[in-house]
Amino acid sequence: MASSIRVRANANGDITEVQALIQHPMDTGLVKDAKGELIPAHFIQELKFECNGKDVFVANWGTAVSKDPYVKFSFKGAKKGDDLKISWTDNKGGSDTTTAKIS
Amino acid sequence: MTTTTGPHPTRRLILQGAASVALIGLGNLPFAAGPARAAANDKYPEEAFKQKSEADAIKALYGKTAEPSDKVKLDAPEIAENGGVVPVSVTTTLDKVTSISFFVAENPFALAASYKIPDGTIPGVANRLKMAKTTNVVAIVEADGKLFSATKEVKVTVGGCGG
Repeated sequence: MASSIRVRANANGDITEVQALIQHPMDTGLVKDAKGELIPAHFIQELKFECNGKDVFVANWGTAVSKDPYVKFSFKGAKKGDDLKISWTDNKGGSDTTTAKIS
Repeated sequence: MTTTTGPHPTRRLILQGAASVALIGLGNLPFAAGPARAAANDKYPEEAFKQKSEADAIKALYGKTAEPSDKVKLDAPEIAENGGVVPVSVTTTLDKVTSISFFVAENPFALAASYKIPDGTIPGVANRLKMAKTTNVVAIVEADGKLFSATKEVKVTVGGCGG
């Protein structure tokens, strides 16, 4: 299965800009389906970016983050060719990990 | 001590009863004391995400209050046609930023997202949030142990709860 994480990391001088798009329903647990039954909450709780053995960005998310979440941030101290490891875990114990090369 | 031949066999029972009541009373105390302050450590701040009001969520997450600051720049649309996907971003010129959090005041649960900003990461983040209806969005930046906030109202024409 293709990874649920799409990530783009571009180094520009000392600063690396990271954009990530994750495929996830991010169900709030408050919405009803076509049959009128509540769709149980299912959302990413933690998303982590690591580079060169160090956390560079950690997100704690609630249900108010949009479906198929997007996040953008920048950090210093990486260069082109370095690996950026991205992982998430959701409230049902699901998770995914991917590694991207900084370009 | 099974040979309790004394005239007061119930005395022991009464004492035991009193002791267990006292123990239960003590046992409850540690749970009531202080909400989990998860912003400082690595654990997912479960309690903060359950708070309904923005003030309670800030208290549960950080354990203190924020003051408005023009050094926190919150960027959100004036009008969001689709409350399910509202692009919101924050940047700040403050130093020593350790975390950035987003609160949506009128949502069923106010805390939307909380980001840890380690040393070396630029204090700025962009993401997309759901909003149930027209509401204030509050960004909180934790810098040098203090909290600074910026607020902006977003008018939502179609709420983000309809799926």
